[in-house]
Amino acid sequence: MSNRFLYILSVLIIASMVLAACAQPATEAPAVEEPAAEEPAAEEPVVEEPAAEEPVVEEPAAFECTDELGCLDYGPEEPIRIASALVISGPNAQLGQDSQYGVEIAMDWQGQVLGHDLELQAEDDGCSAEGGQTAGQKIVSDPTILGVVGTSCSGAGVPMSQVISEANYFMVSPSNTAPSLTDPDQAWNPGYYRTAHNDKVQGAAMADYAFNELGLTSAATIHDGDPYTEGLANSFAESFKAIGGEIVEFTAINKGDTDMRPVLTAVAAAGPPQFLYYPIFMPECAFMTKQAKEVDGLEETVLSAADGCISADAAESIGEDGVGMFWSGPDIAFAGETYIKFKADYKEKYGSDTLSVFHAHAFDATNMIVACVEQVAVQDDDGTLHIGRQAMRDCLGATSGFEGITGTLTCDEYGDCADPKISVSTLENGEYVKIWPEE
Amino acid sequence: MRQRLQDLDWIGLYLWVLRAAIIILVVWGTIATIIDNPYSPRQWIDLIIFGIAQGSMYALIAIGYTLVYGVLFMINFAHGEFFMSGIMTATVFVATPLAATGFMNRQPLLSLLLIAVVAMVVSMSIAVLTERAAYRPLRKAPRLVPLITAIGASFFWQYYFRGLFGSQVIPFPVPDVMKGTASILGVEILKTQLTVIVVTIIMLIGLNLFIMRTRTGKSIRAVAEDKDTAALMGIDVDRAITITFATGASMAGIAGLLYALVFTQVHFFMGFFPGLKAFTAAVLGGIGSIPGAAVGGLFLGLIESVGPSLFLQGLGIPAPHQLKDVIAFVMLVLVLIFRPQGILGERLTEKKA
Repeated sequence: MSNRFLYILSVLIIASMVLAACAQPATEAPAVEEPAAEEPAAEEPVVEEPAAEEPVVEEPAAFECTDELGCLDYGPEEPIRIASALVISGPNAQLGQDSQYGVEIAMDWQGQVLGHDLELQAEDDGCSAEGGQTAGQKIVSDPTILGVVGTSCSGAGVPMSQVISEANYFMVSPSNTAPSLTDPDQAWNPGYYRTAHNDKVQGAAMADYAFNELGLTSAATIHDGDPYTEGLANSFAESFKAIGGEIVEFTAINKGDTDMRPVLTAVAAAGPPQFLYYPIFMPECAFMTKQAKEVDGLEETVLSAADGCISADAAESIGEDGVGMFWSGPDIAFAGETYIKFKADYKEKYGSDTLSVFHAHAFDATNMIVACVEQVAVQDDDGTLHIGRQAMRDCLGATSGFEGITGTLTCDEYGDCADPKISVSTLENGEYVKIWPEE
Repeated sequence: MRQRLQDLDWIGLYLWVLRAAIIILVVWGTIATIIDNPYSPRQWIDLIIFGIAQGSMYALIAIGYTLVYGVLFMINFAHGEFFMSGIMTATVFVATPLAATGFMNRQPLLSLLLIAVVAMVVSMSIAVLTERAAYRPLRKAPRLVPLITAIGASFFWQYYFRGLFGSQVIPFPVPDVMKGTASILGVEILKTQLTVIVVTIIMLIGLNLFIMRTRTGKSIRAVAEDKDTAALMGIDVDRAITITFATGASMAGIAGLLYALVFTQVHFFMGFFPGLKAFTAAVLGGIGSIPGAAVGGLFLGLIESVGPSLFLQGLGIPAPHQLKDVIAFVMLVLVLIFRPQGILGERLTEKKA
């Protein structure tokens, strides 16, 4: 009997130890080589009383949190923790990896903020609704995380922005472009911001290019049901019709499909269109490109895709079949010293040229967050930081005239902060070459 | 008649209504499409050929499911990974270097044969290894246990190959002679798809000869019939089972090569969906039956390719091709309502079911 009691007791003890270990967030100091002496002076008046032993748990008497969504406290030695939720696995990994490098470089350059290190908690959005949901839940279960840079894919952004918003966190996406995410009638939630363009702009730009530059009057689009691809296809179709073009077919495939010939045959039967726009992801984008050449009736059709299909992998996979094809995407021919330095640093750190197109947006998103931390954080004598969650949202939403690599960022009411510039590129010898708009 | 009406209960009635509804919908959609006729005859023929080519690949993969089910009554969910492993390895170690040196375009036939052999050997080795390590120790366990193990093995191989070759899409170099179309009886067919169809026919005939005419094939059939009696007759059951796995996997290896020829790229996750579809095809045709797997594969491929255009377009449904899986699975349900044993399946005895 007592044996059994001991057994249960020991199991309980082990369980409680495991739980205790889990509760402690893994604080792994990031390798910051050079704590660039960012002025550690707090802007707010300092509070008299020194912090208690455990500042995270116990509120120092001097600081009253008046923030309606609550405050986040970082003890003197604790890093400010920012999460990323980008696609870092699967066929679109380079899209998210590229953005994550942008975040890392921004953090590196910032060094310390108000005497605190910055720490990145990297999550994977999986480029899917499930992935976004999971990453969001994981992030909001950690009360030491300030906010999120992410997601990569709009499909992941829709569920994640809801999770993040309900938990009073905020997110700044470097690459969500679906119009619905900043539309209050659709998927917008408080606490959502983005430094990427809204696809209303991208769709209109592509329609403009096809109709006015290429002189094509009939088009078809194919999306894959993802909010990003569907939103972009929609905005292209609307703009194209508005300027006088004709949309002969607006259809869709599934993610994971490999045989695109049937749907391409349907497109050919409907027109055939002079211009085919399929703003879908890899690998479906590559299948579509390769198979379009083999479908009767589409030999003359000009093919085009969007930024979901711009990556080193996509270029390699599409190869020669991409000759004569066009890609719309954010214009990353940024001017300025900072971008040159950024690219040099990127190459040195990660051993390659930029992998995709949203690294600068991620860099700007991170800096926007840090600028707001500097603005709203209240600092105690011993260095403890208090950051109000509503104050962070207010500050991000009020961002105006923020000079970043991607341009001058100003947030509107629903979190669209980008300075949108769209370009059209072609593929030449495995490199994306910008051809429009001409400088 | 009165007797039959009295026997009809609510569930039976519901099933009849369901069958009638699906059939009416299909017929209505078909007629509407034919009246509207948005496609030229050439495009219909193209759709059918795409379907046959895709279906041939499903058929080859489905053979593996059906063979293993026939012998062990287990669903080998790792079979999609056998399909992936062979061609992934062959692409990285054989096809890419051959293309880089230009050998592939000088000797396309020899190169493809070499790739086929490597893909088959790797697929077979993976299959035999999986059988030995993961399935054989569990042969006496309840039937749910090997099923779960198979799912585990599937994940294991997926991520093993992801670790080996990375998570990116790897382009498969297609020799120049295989590009473009060939004209057969006045119909233009893509050369790759023609290859798929021809190779599948040859493989199916070969498999049939192997199972029906050789001593080894006979031993497989005997083990499928009754393991204990087969053992009493002096047949090495373990050996027969290993050969069954190897045969199924070699078919999958060839299917992998055909897939790479048609879709020109490979990926560590490429086995998952074709694996599921082929399993569906095997059930559709009647699991355990080899001609059933072939018929089921072709049927599924055709439905996926022609179905959205034929059944849905006429109903005015937007983006019908997004629903091709829905159609395929509705067809599966429909077939199974009418013939629970599958198109060519035999009614299973208590012991097998």
